[in-house]
Amino acid sequence: MVQALNSALDVMLARDPDVLIFGEDVGYFGGVFRVTDGLQKKHGLTRCFDAPIAEGGIVAAAIGMGAYGLRPVVEIQFADYIYPAYDQLVSEAARLRYRSAGDFFAPLTVRTPYGGGIFGGQTHSQSPEALFTHVAGLKTVVPSNPHDAKGLLIAAIEDDDPVMFFEPKRLYNGPFDGWHDKPVEPWSKHPASDVPEGHYVVPLGKAAIARAGADVTILAYGTMVHVALAAAAHAEVDAEVIDLRTLVPLDLESIVASVEKTGRCVIVHEATRTSGFGAELAALVQEHCFYALEAPIARVAGWDTPYPHAFEWEYFPGPKRVADALRAVMAA
Amino acid sequence: MTNATKLSLHVPAPKARPGDPVDFSPLTPPPAGALGRPDIAVHAEDTRDHARGLIRVLNDEGEAVGAWNPRLNAEVLREGLRAMMLTRAFDDRMFRMQRQGKTSFYMKCTGEEAVACAAALALPRDDMCFPTYRQQGMLIARAYPLVRMMNHIYSNAADPNRGRQMPVHYTAKAYGFFSISGNLATQFPQAVGWAMASAYKGDTRIATAYIGDGSTSEGDFHQALTFASVYRAPVILNIVNNQWAISSFQGFAGAGESTFAARGLGYGLPSLRVDGNDFLAVFAATQWAAERARANLGATVIEHYTYRAAPHSTSDDPTRYRPAEEAEKWPLGDPIERLKKHLIARGEWSEAKHKALDKQVVEEVRAAGKESEAIGTLGQSRPSVKEMFEDVYKDQPWHLRRQRQELGV
Repeated sequence: MVQALNSALDVMLARDPDVLIFGEDVGYFGGVFRVTDGLQKKHGLTRCFDAPIAEGGIVAAAIGMGAYGLRPVVEIQFADYIYPAYDQLVSEAARLRYRSAGDFFAPLTVRTPYGGGIFGGQTHSQSPEALFTHVAGLKTVVPSNPHDAKGLLIAAIEDDDPVMFFEPKRLYNGPFDGWHDKPVEPWSKHPASDVPEGHYVVPLGKAAIARAGADVTILAYGTMVHVALAAAAHAEVDAEVIDLRTLVPLDLESIVASVEKTGRCVIVHEATRTSGFGAELAALVQEHCFYALEAPIARVAGWDTPYPHAFEWEYFPGPKRVADALRAVMAA
Repeated sequence: MTNATKLSLHVPAPKARPGDPVDFSPLTPPPAGALGRPDIAVHAEDTRDHARGLIRVLNDEGEAVGAWNPRLNAEVLREGLRAMMLTRAFDDRMFRMQRQGKTSFYMKCTGEEAVACAAALALPRDDMCFPTYRQQGMLIARAYPLVRMMNHIYSNAADPNRGRQMPVHYTAKAYGFFSISGNLATQFPQAVGWAMASAYKGDTRIATAYIGDGSTSEGDFHQALTFASVYRAPVILNIVNNQWAISSFQGFAGAGESTFAARGLGYGLPSLRVDGNDFLAVFAATQWAAERARANLGATVIEHYTYRAAPHSTSDDPTRYRPAEEAEKWPLGDPIERLKKHLIARGEWSEAKHKALDKQVVEEVRAAGKESEAIGTLGQSRPSVKEMFEDVYKDQPWHLRRQRQELGV
């Protein structure tokens, strides 16, 4: 997945001279997760460079660049570090087009690794996507595999609205399915690791069916897509796993079509449960599929605590917890 | 331990609050023309005196003196004078209109007109200015239609902001005027980003940013200076020190211990402190900083030392927090009066012409007012309610389309 993201950036740097990349450690070193590895050397110092440790300044500078006419792609090293930039994203990037009635807009892409499973404790494991899906004017994208990661990132960079691009860092090096005591297979053995060279787009706002099934719909994104698949296998349930890919704008049609077919819905995310994006999904499923539902909607999420270090696997909503929810929903 | 000093918390206070006598004698301005005009390739450390002193061109006799005299021809000066007078007349009318209930809110820049008007004339309009809500003089100096400004203030059917922003939050890309946010300081680092983009593209345009004395406390200010310094961005970073942030005196932004301009020195940025009520000094400092930026020498910090003679906005009463006579006792005088005196001293202006111009600008504002009010004041007319759901994204997503349908518009 790291290589796929790197390839997306490489393709866009080569295609569009208005694309540039900056962030903490992304230049010479190539990023702490290696996503920008080699890009400075290949494309030049001003195309991919290091930034001061000032997330607010990074996003603010990107907004100014976007208003000028560039397509900046910035990296916030961990989603946990994004809060100093929150005002610039919420009050500025998200509303520039609206408040100026289209006189100005800032097409920036904010890439940031999120999520747990890496023993990062409370400052390297958070999933703050709901803080951004709540903001009018931002788009929020979460890929779950290399193929989508590249196509979605290219779509995000080419999009004329500001896009929050959350990279599931536990998936960088393999499709981690939540069975933390088993070795993770490398991406090379996964069908979605077949990443075309060159330019292609996975459109924003379109979900994918990660697994077709008849009995229950699982709504997931990022790492939890793989956990959902593992949970379905573990519970021996014929689940349909919807990989949302984009949270805003959301592909409601795909969700409704699936839940109307299965009559059951389990929503999973790593982020804390209260006011998590699952709450929005549950409300939408209830509004649009109420008469098709045969069981209450279930949510499996991170607990409403900070992400703890020593209790990583009790916190992480792994396949066992998801499987329990599937069984409960099937029994209802 | 027993000999340890007992600590005490310092909370700063201004010299005078309502009812106290006003004594500005410690602020007695240094003579005009005293500071030299350094080469644009100057090192930040060699602008120490400029960051702590005060660059002034106009002396008490109205003469332009010293190395910073921009030697402008009378035509430019008359244009500047007119822009400042028109701005003041515009402010007076719109403040009155708010009081008459014709709009919700207004902010004047009375006493600080030179800061925006001089910069507007010193820079081409294809440079990008990231203003605060008190740089309306920049639009007016560039002949932006007053009617359009009013249409925005009234949120009427012709509002260029389509009814989405509270009054005085203009946007005018074609005039080199970035959309005003209303959140303080946020646009300071954005201007640096714009300037970085211009440099990245090998363009010749520069950016200019404005911030108030109070909001230099925000992190955005410091990030802007860091980025400007690190990337040698072609940007002019203007701090308008008008002494008051609503009711908080500049001491709450740390002015008691240093000057705002001197902040720039710590970032390695050449920094100037300028008499903000001196049109010529503001013009000259802006020109110098623009020359530096265009020569790829990077950013300049300019503190414009001025006084907010008006309330912060229509929502506050300054007599509740500062002595009413402060404005008239302000030792740097009034920018309009000072430029007028200079033009008269040069034999390029007269009391009679000034009076006539004063009448003319008031009439111009009145005529624009009538035109805008015919379209509607607040509540009388407004853009289509559909506009509420437009421009959130470039293309309207399904959920906003549904919400618009739910509202029935």
